[in-house]
Amino acid sequence: MTNIDVVVDPRTSRIPTDAQVEAAAARARKRHKQLVYFWRIGLLVAGLIGWEVASRMQWIDEFFFSKPTDILDRLWTWSTEGTSEGPLWLHLWVTMEESLLGFFTGAIAGVIAGIALGRDRMLADIFSIYIKVFNSIPRVVLAPIFIMLFGLGLASKVALAFVMVFFVVFSNAFQGVREADRNLLANAQILGARGWQLTRTVVVPSAMSWIFASLHVSFGFAIVGAIVGEFVGARHGIGLLINIAKGTFDAGGMYAAIVVIMIVALAAEYVMTLIEQRLARWRPPALLDLENA
Amino acid sequence: MLAPATPAEPVIELTNVTRRFVSPDGKSMTAMKEFNLTVMPGEFVAVVGPTGCGKSTTLNLVTGLVPPSGGQVSVMGKPVAGIDPSIGFVFQTDALFPWKSVIDNVVAGPIYRGVKKAKAYEAAHKNLSGHENKFPHQLSGGMRKRVSLAQTFINEPKILLMDEPFSALDVQTRVLMHDELLKLWGDSGACVIFVTHDLEEAIALADKVVVLTSSPATVKSVYTVNIPRPRVASEIRFDPRFLEISRVIWDDLREEVLRGASRDEARVAELQQ
Repeated sequence: MTNIDVVVDPRTSRIPTDAQVEAAAARARKRHKQLVYFWRIGLLVAGLIGWEVASRMQWIDEFFFSKPTDILDRLWTWSTEGTSEGPLWLHLWVTMEESLLGFFTGAIAGVIAGIALGRDRMLADIFSIYIKVFNSIPRVVLAPIFIMLFGLGLASKVALAFVMVFFVVFSNAFQGVREADRNLLANAQILGARGWQLTRTVVVPSAMSWIFASLHVSFGFAIVGAIVGEFVGARHGIGLLINIAKGTFDAGGMYAAIVVIMIVALAAEYVMTLIEQRLARWRPPALLDLENA
Repeated sequence: MLAPATPAEPVIELTNVTRRFVSPDGKSMTAMKEFNLTVMPGEFVAVVGPTGCGKSTTLNLVTGLVPPSGGQVSVMGKPVAGIDPSIGFVFQTDALFPWKSVIDNVVAGPIYRGVKKAKAYEAAHKNLSGHENKFPHQLSGGMRKRVSLAQTFINEPKILLMDEPFSALDVQTRVLMHDELLKLWGDSGACVIFVTHDLEEAIALADKVVVLTSSPATVKSVYTVNIPRPRVASEIRFDPRFLEISRVIWDDLREEVLRGASRDEARVAELQQ
């Protein structure tokens, strides 16, 4: 809890009322929030100005590091006039399509496999070694193989995003199922739950917070998969834009593409948090949230 | 209570039961041996014994969650095969589904058993006094236990198994829960096995108190508690008969507790060498 100093006035020596204490607490909370936002924005602005100045004063080489105004200018041209490879929105859409398809198929497959193996000791013991083996392959090296197998189009990027997402979600779902409370399982069985009912009403909800934790990171991984796939070979996509910018030593273009991806990833993260909050209404608030409330 | 005209069949019968299990380091351990226990219809049996003597194993044998290694466990005259639908179980720790609201927790049993949703909710809405839509973490320990009891009793169990259900509650709340349990049990006509380490709780609630030996568990002695019903758990502890019975059973139990404790010490000393 935040400590609030409500001073007893020495002249009247009156003890503050509840309303005064509450008002003081509300003020302290508001001040804390304002301070946080002030520093957040301040640091961003200072960083951008520092970059701009350093670049203009030639403390850093503009050729490699570009500068914020150039990047902004590039983003403006891209969004109004399009890139040299066609409209920005087309590239963005292609990358998103690949990421989303890879993310959903990977997440669904990961959850199903995780729950199946988590529930069945025998399956888990047999397959765990293979999962370890495949998991030890750095996913990025699969990019050229997938492009060879599935061509330059959508399928190869979706496949890469899929393998990026699958293992993360799988191992969390597996762990979540393993951690399901034995008492809850026994209780459900005695109350009358059988087979699939037990999985659906106890095992899956128990694993849900584990699964969600993995979904948060894995959307980022899906984007990584799509972009790496586009580096290696593609006709559209943000990865292609970065690749072309690299080829023409166009630092501004590279940073602009990175900014676009950053915005998309942050928006996705935000949506995910909203969904999670809705699904996790039953959970007691974390200690930290209580303190910041 | 009047004695029934025909001699009733026991609802639960454990005959010469032995239970062995293999510990994680691969050793065979005996939790129970030559264990005999019968529970008649509507009877309230409390099982007391030193810590870790295998009291809970008794309950797990009746549910069929663990099989006996020898002897026989029968429920309603038939050997146990899987969880009997007439069993209700109240756990020591919280076993409510944390992601379900109070009302959804209570109706879980009937819905698992295929009762129509509308009918199940209608039956559950009695007795919840405005807390239906809260989640378990928003309730006090006593309220959560009350929801657990509601969740168990809505299935109308004929056999009620309770594994130290109130041990986590504070003393005042515990006494209130005793009265609540006696009322629910009185209306249901179920027979009960109530496992506890609290002797006063056992005497206040039960018709019959079974004292177990320290491990491996066998029945050491069985006492009949002839305090008339209806009882008020919050007042019974001042009854002279209650004090008399407590003293007699405690003398018996103390021996086992000491024996269990000295063995634990010996085991610790052995590990330290």
